[in-house]
Parts: sequence; C-alpha cells; structure tokens
Amino acid sequence: MSSSTDWPLWEVFVRSRRGLSHTHAGSLHAPDAEMALRNARDLYTRRSEGVSIWVVASTEITASSPDEKDSFFEPAGDKPYRHPTFYEIPDGVKHL
Amino acid sequence: MSAALALGDDALVLSHRLGEWAGHAPVLEEEVALANIALDLLGQARVLLSLVGDEDELAYLREERAFRNLQLVEQPNGDFAHTIARQLYFSVYQHLLYERLAAGGGEFADLAAKAVKEVAYHRDHAEQWTLRLGDGTAESHERMQAGLEALWRFTGEMFQPVEGLDATGSGVDPEELESAWLSAVTGTVERATLTLPTGPRTGAWTAGAGRQGVHTESFGRMLAEMQHLHRSHPGASW
Repeated sequence: MSSSTDWPLWEVFVRSRRGLSHTHAGSLHAPDAEMALRNARDLYTRRSEGVSIWVVASTEITASSPDEKDSFFEPAGDKPYRHPTFYEIPDGVKHL
Repeated sequence: MSAALALGDDALVLSHRLGEWAGHAPVLEEEVALANIALDLLGQARVLLSLVGDEDELAYLREERAFRNLQLVEQPNGDFAHTIARQLYFSVYQHLLYERLAAGGGEFADLAAKAVKEVAYHRDHAEQWTLRLGDGTAESHERMQAGLEALWRFTGEMFQPVEGLDATGSGVDPEELESAWLSAVTGTVERATLTLPTGPRTGAWTAGAGRQGVHTESFGRMLAEMQHLHRSHPGASW
C-alpha cells in the first residue's frame, strides 16, 4: 500500500445474530467509516443475516496501560466480599 | 434465445473480469470486496446456466459467437475507476431487473428473489466508490468521468428486448426499466460531482449485438484464458 492511500485503521466489533454483545473481531483499513462498515461486513461477517457491526477509528480507543496492570486489576483479587460468588443462581436464569 | 442464457452469461463474464483483479486491487480490503462480488455473480451464473444445460459445458466449450452476454460486462477492467463505472452501470441494471423479476412471478422469480440481496450490495459498493472517486481528488474525478464516458455507449444494450424477459409474464418492461436505470444512475453521477455522458448509447452495429453473439475484440482473448484448461483436457473431472 503506497503512502497516497494511507488509510486509517478501524477496529471492528461484531454482534452475531444470536449474540448478546458486540465482540472485537479484528481491524481493517478503510478511507472512512462507511467504507469500513462495508469492508467489515465482507471480512468478518460473511454476510450472515441479522448481525450488527460497529466500527471505531483506532485513534478513538484509549487502552489501559500494561505497566499499570498490577495497581489497576490486582487489589480486588484478595477481597472475596467484592465478588458476587456467594449467590445461588436459580435455574432458568440464563446468560449469567 | 433463452433469457436464462443471457442473464447467466452476463453474470459469468463479469465474474471472470472481476476475478482478474485478484492480487491487483488498490488495497487488500477492496481485493476482498471485488472477489466477493465475483463469487456472487459466479453463483448466479451457475444457477442460470444449469437451467439451460450443463454449466461446465456451457461455460467452457462454447465459442465466442454462442455467448449471449452484454458487451458491457466483457469490457476489460482498465483502471479501478473504469471497473467501478462498469460495475455501476451493470449492477444498477441488474438490481432493478431482479427486483422486477422477483415480483413478477415468472420462471426467474425464485432465483431473482435470492440474488436481489446480493446485487443490492454490489450496487451499493459501486455507488459508494463512484461518490468517493468522483468527489475525491482532481485525478480520481477525472478517471471516474473517463470510465463513465468510455462505457456509456454499451449501456443501451441492457434495454433491448430479450425473449422471455419482456413484459409478458416476467413483469419486466424494458422501457420502464430504462427510465428507472437512467434516473438512478443520473442521481449517483450528479452526487459524485460528475457529468452524465451525452454520447449515443447504441451504435448502429452494437444495438443488441452481444445478445446476438457479436462481441468486442478483447472477449475472445478472455475466453481463451477462461477455457484453456478445460479444452486441453476434455472430459476430465475436477
């Protein structure tokens, strides 16, 4: 790809027909959001009916820093009262 | 002439032309898009040609003069804008035609109902690129306009009456189809800041010629490549 067609990178999130939430499927290059949607449909959904696609310019995404992983995610691990693990889940409750 | 043969040949020949882009498209994503469209068309061609006879025999063992496709779809790819212009002219026609066939309840109704979704996407793809190239840079504008001009004279043939596709039973009226096509294409071309070509749309000798088996120069070479292997090993199963 030459620099004259240096298209921005887009992140693609897809919700499958029976899925509950959008899942990051991958990324692609496209000149604008409209074309990114069409390209995502070709690359990641193979045109299944009834899926939903989100495209987000990669520059719009702020990620947590790997270096801060400990302070970010660790402290909760040793405090069981912070986790909802002491509940009986009634039969018939789906998607938990 | 069988209408299934005419429509099947349109899809087969354009599919082959789009396949020639494989590995040569401007960007990877567009590579996939063109291949996708080519696959859709090939699928349509298989169904249509199977209505007429053996799909492989029809595709690989017919001479140039026995092909019934529009001259528009056999035109060489040229640059990307040229390919998009060809795609715009044809996919708008195909979309309008299949919508009418699907609603018409004739022998092509079921096939058209399936294909119309695919073709709607082809049309959208071509329109999106027409807008971007036409309203892009000075060079892309110029190339898109050149593509529209170069292929304009082949567009009249799409509205020549085809036996089995005219108003009787199929729900397709060529004149109504033509005016719907013109207004759709005009709308897209103008939104893309381009100008609709003004030249003649049917030359004296090209009026309906492809449908009668008369083709343009590059088509024979295209067929030679497409049919080479099959003709070298007749009767082999692949």
